[in-house]
Amino acid sequence: MSAETNPTYQAVIGLEVHIQLLTSSKLFASDANKYGDPPNTNISVITLAHPGTLPRVNKQALELAIKMGLACGSEISQYMIFDRKNYFYPDLPKGYQLTQDRTPICVGGSIEVVTDQGPREIKLNRIHLEEDAGKSFHPPHTNESLVDFNRAGTPLIELVTEPVLHHPDEAYQLLSEIRKLVTFLGICDGNMEQGSLRCDCNVSVRRMGETALGKKVEIKNMNSVRNVRRAIEKEVKRQIGQLEKGDRIISETRSFDEKTGGSTSMRSKEEVTDYRYFPEPDLSPLQIPDDWLQSIKEAMPVLPKQLQLQLEEQFGFVLEDALFLTDSVEMHNFFDQAVKQFPYPEHILNWLKGPVQSVLNERGITISQLGLTTSQLGELASLTAGELSFSVAAQKILPLLLEDPSGTPKAIADRLGLLGSSNSDQLEPVVLEVLETFPDKVNAYKKGKKGLLGFFMGQVMKKTNSTVDPKMANELLSKHLN
Amino acid sequence: MDTFASLREIQEKLQSGAVTCVQVVTSYLDRIEKHTHLNAFLEVYHQEALQKAQQIDQKISDGTAGRLAGLVVGLKDMLCYQDHSLQAGSKILSGFESQFTGTAVERLLHQDAIIIGRQNCDEFGMGSSNENSAFGATLNGIDTKRVPGGSSGGSAVAVQMDMCHISLGTDTGGSVRQPAAFTGIIGLKPTYSRISRHGLVAYASSFDSIGIFSKSLEDNALILEIIAGQDEYDSTVSRSAVPEFSSIKALKKCKIGYIRESVETEGVQPEIREKTMEQLELLQQSGHQVTAVDFPLIEYVLPTYYLLTTAEASSNLARYDGVKYGYRSQHQESLDGFYKNTRSEGFGNEVQKRIMLGTFVLSASYYDAYYTKAQKVRRLIKDKTREFFDSFDFLVMPTTPTTAFELNKYADDPLEMYWSDLFTTPASVSGNPAISIPNGFDKNGLPIGFQIIADDFNEQGLYALSREILKGREN
Repeated sequence: MSAETNPTYQAVIGLEVHIQLLTSSKLFASDANKYGDPPNTNISVITLAHPGTLPRVNKQALELAIKMGLACGSEISQYMIFDRKNYFYPDLPKGYQLTQDRTPICVGGSIEVVTDQGPREIKLNRIHLEEDAGKSFHPPHTNESLVDFNRAGTPLIELVTEPVLHHPDEAYQLLSEIRKLVTFLGICDGNMEQGSLRCDCNVSVRRMGETALGKKVEIKNMNSVRNVRRAIEKEVKRQIGQLEKGDRIISETRSFDEKTGGSTSMRSKEEVTDYRYFPEPDLSPLQIPDDWLQSIKEAMPVLPKQLQLQLEEQFGFVLEDALFLTDSVEMHNFFDQAVKQFPYPEHILNWLKGPVQSVLNERGITISQLGLTTSQLGELASLTAGELSFSVAAQKILPLLLEDPSGTPKAIADRLGLLGSSNSDQLEPVVLEVLETFPDKVNAYKKGKKGLLGFFMGQVMKKTNSTVDPKMANELLSKHLN
Repeated sequence: MDTFASLREIQEKLQSGAVTCVQVVTSYLDRIEKHTHLNAFLEVYHQEALQKAQQIDQKISDGTAGRLAGLVVGLKDMLCYQDHSLQAGSKILSGFESQFTGTAVERLLHQDAIIIGRQNCDEFGMGSSNENSAFGATLNGIDTKRVPGGSSGGSAVAVQMDMCHISLGTDTGGSVRQPAAFTGIIGLKPTYSRISRHGLVAYASSFDSIGIFSKSLEDNALILEIIAGQDEYDSTVSRSAVPEFSSIKALKKCKIGYIRESVETEGVQPEIREKTMEQLELLQQSGHQVTAVDFPLIEYVLPTYYLLTTAEASSNLARYDGVKYGYRSQHQESLDGFYKNTRSEGFGNEVQKRIMLGTFVLSASYYDAYYTKAQKVRRLIKDKTREFFDSFDFLVMPTTPTTAFELNKYADDPLEMYWSDLFTTPASVSGNPAISIPNGFDKNGLPIGFQIIADDFNEQGLYALSREILKGREN
C-alpha cells in the first residue's frame, strides 16, 4: 500500500495474534473458562494466587495449541517449560504471568494468504501458550478501580509471525485466514469484538531496498479484521509522513481509534520493560509423548484448504464458490448438512450465496444466528431444482420461513399455490421435450388424430410428477402442436 | 501429667485406658500455657483440639481410630489449614485465613492427628534465628537469652518443651535442621519433591520442603511415611514409591564420608568439632568405614543458595500486593504508591532486602552474571553430590558451626548470620535428604546437632544410621 502511495518506502509488518482457547477450564486451575459470567465467580484459590497454591496444567489447552501448530505445519515441542514474566498490575494475581519464553509449544510453520499479488506463504516465528490476565475497570466519576478475575488464568495461544508482511491487505488476509483456521479447528470462536481473538500489529517503514528494519510501533485494540487493515494503512502513512518531515519514529505502543481509523500513543517503548523471565519452578517440565501427539494428529479435522479442494473436485464448483462455502466453519457445516439431506449441491450453493447471504449481510449475522435449518434450505433447493421458480421462492417463501422457523417450504408453497402452477417458462421445455420424444405421434396428431392430446398430457404429467397446472400444460401443448 | 517419649507410648496408654485423648491434649495445652513467654505459638486452637480429642476417644472405643490417634501436632505459620489464620510470620497477611488445607496436613488429619496451633517463625521462612517475625522472636527453651534458630523456631521450641508431640516446619536452607540442632531435637528435611508443597507458603519454590520435628526417631519416620508421596495438586512431587519408613531397617556396615573443611574450618566452635570427631570415631569403631573427603565446591554453596532463593522469592512474594487479600496501606494516592506503601509497611526488613536482592539478580543486565551462573553452579553441586554417593552411603557433618547464639547478636550485621546456614544449605542446593540429630552439649549446656545427608530418596538410610547413633549413645 505504501508502495502505491509513496513508492520510495516499504512497510514491514508483523502480527501478534492472541487466541483464546475454547477449553472448559483454565490453563492452570479447574475454574470454568467462560465469557460473560457475573464478575469474580470463576475464581478459585489458584486463580486468586492464594499463598500455598500451585499451578496444574490443563492438558486440553496443550492439545488445542498443538492442533493449531499442526495446522500451520509448525514443529511441535515435545519437551517444554513455562516461564514467569514478572510485572505488577492489579489484574495479574500472582504478580507474574506464566508464559513460554524459551520453549514455545510450536516453532515455525506458515500460513498461506492470497492477495491481488497472488498466493504467498507467511512464515510464523512461534506459537506459545500463556495465561490471560483479569480485567480492570475504571468506572467514570469515581476514584475507584475494580478488577474482575474471571478471565485471569484462561488459556491463550499467542501466534507471532515473522516481520514479513508488506501490505495492509496481506495482514487483513492473514488474520482472516487465522480466524478461519481457529474456527475450523474448533479451538477458538474467533470473536474479535468480545476479544477472544486479538491482534497487535508491529509496523515499521524503511526506504525501498534497505535491509535494516525501521523503528517499530505497536498498535493495539482493533476489534475487527477490517480495522486491522485500516489501522495499518493509517500507521504506514503516519510514519512516512514523519520521515518525510525529517522527524524520527518513536518506538511506542499506540491504541487504535475506531472513529478515525488512526491511533493515539499509549506508552513509549524507548525504555525496555524488564520482565525478569525465569523458568517456573512450580511446574515440572512437560513432555508430549509420541503416542499422544500421534493421536492428536489422527483426530485433526479437515482444514479449510482441503475442504475447498474437495468441494471443487466432488461437486465441480469453481474456486470462488468453494472459497465462499469454506469461508467459515458454520457456512461449510450448513452446506454439508443440507447436501446430505437433499442431494442438490448446485441449488443449495445458489441459495446460500444468493438470497441467504444477502439476508446475512443485511442483518450483520452469521448463518447459525439466522434460524434457518439445513432441512428447510435443502427442501427449498429440491423444490427449485424441480419446477418451482427460484426467484419466486426467494421472494415469497424464504421471508416466510425466516419468520416461522417451524414452517416447511413445501407447506408454504402449497399454501401460496406456487406448486402445480408454475409459469410457462419452466413448463415449456418439458412440453417441447415430450413432443420431440414422440415425433410419430406428433405427425399423427397433425394429420387429425386430435385424441392424442390426452396422451401428450399424460407424458407431461408423468415428467413433472403431476405438479403442473393442467390448464397451462394444455395451452402450451396446443400452441406447439398447431 | 508426664510427657510421652513416643506415639507408641501414648497409643498404648490410650488403648489400656490409662489416659484419654482429652487428657493428652489437656497436658499439652497446660504446657503451652506454662511456656507462653517463649512465644512459640501464635495461636492455640484450645476448643477445637479438645473437641477433636473427644471424637477420637470415641473412635478409639469404637475401634475405628486412625494411625495417628493421640498425636498432637503443631504447624509452622507457613502451612495452610482451612479456615485458620495464615500469616507466614508477616504483617502483610494480616487477617488472612486459608481457604484450603495443604496435602501434608490433610494426610495427618485423615489419620486422626490433632492440630493444636499455629507456630511462630521468621517471616516467610527467611531467617536463621526466628527474630524476623512480625510477632516477635521465639526464645530457646533451654536458655531464654538465646535464639531457637530459624526459620521454624517456634515449631522446634514447641517440640523441645513438649508443647506438642510433633511439629511440621519448612526447610528451604536449613530451617528445620538448624533449629532442631539449637533445641536438641530431631529435624528431618526429606528429599526435595518427597512431600507435596500444596499448602506450603512459597519462599523459594525449587528449595522449599516440609520438614518434621520430633523427639522420637520412630515417630519422625511414621509421619514422613504418612505425608509423603504423589499428589495431584503438585506436579513437581516425585512419583517414586513411599517406603514403609516407620519400620526402620537395621544398618549394614557402610561408607561414611565427612567433609574435611566442616570440622577444620576456623569458624566451627571447638566443642562442635570435638563432638563431631568423637561421633566419627564411634562410627568407625562399630565397623563403618569413615573417610575425610574434599568437597571443593563447598565455598560456592552459600552464594548459590542466596542468589537463587532470593531470585525465586522476589517473584513468589509479588502476589502480596494489597489488591486481593491481606494488608493494604491506607496511603493510596497512586497505583505505584499503593504498591510501595503496602509492601514497605507490610514486609519486614529481611524480606524486603531479599526481594530487592532477587529482583537485582534477575534483572536483565545482571541475569547472566548471577542467575544463570548460579544455576550452572547448582547443577555442578548436584552432579558432584551424586558422584559422591556413587562411592559413599552417607555424608556427615555438624548441623551448624555454632550452638544457639544470643538474641540480637547479628542485629548490626545480618549478613554474618548467613554463615550459620553454611552446613545446612548444601543439601538444600542439591535437594538431598538430610537429618539433624542431637549430639551432646557444649560447655554452656547448649545442644549440638549432627547432620547426616543421604542419596536422593534414601530417607530410610538416614533413619537407620540415626537409630544406630542414638542407640549407641543410650548405652
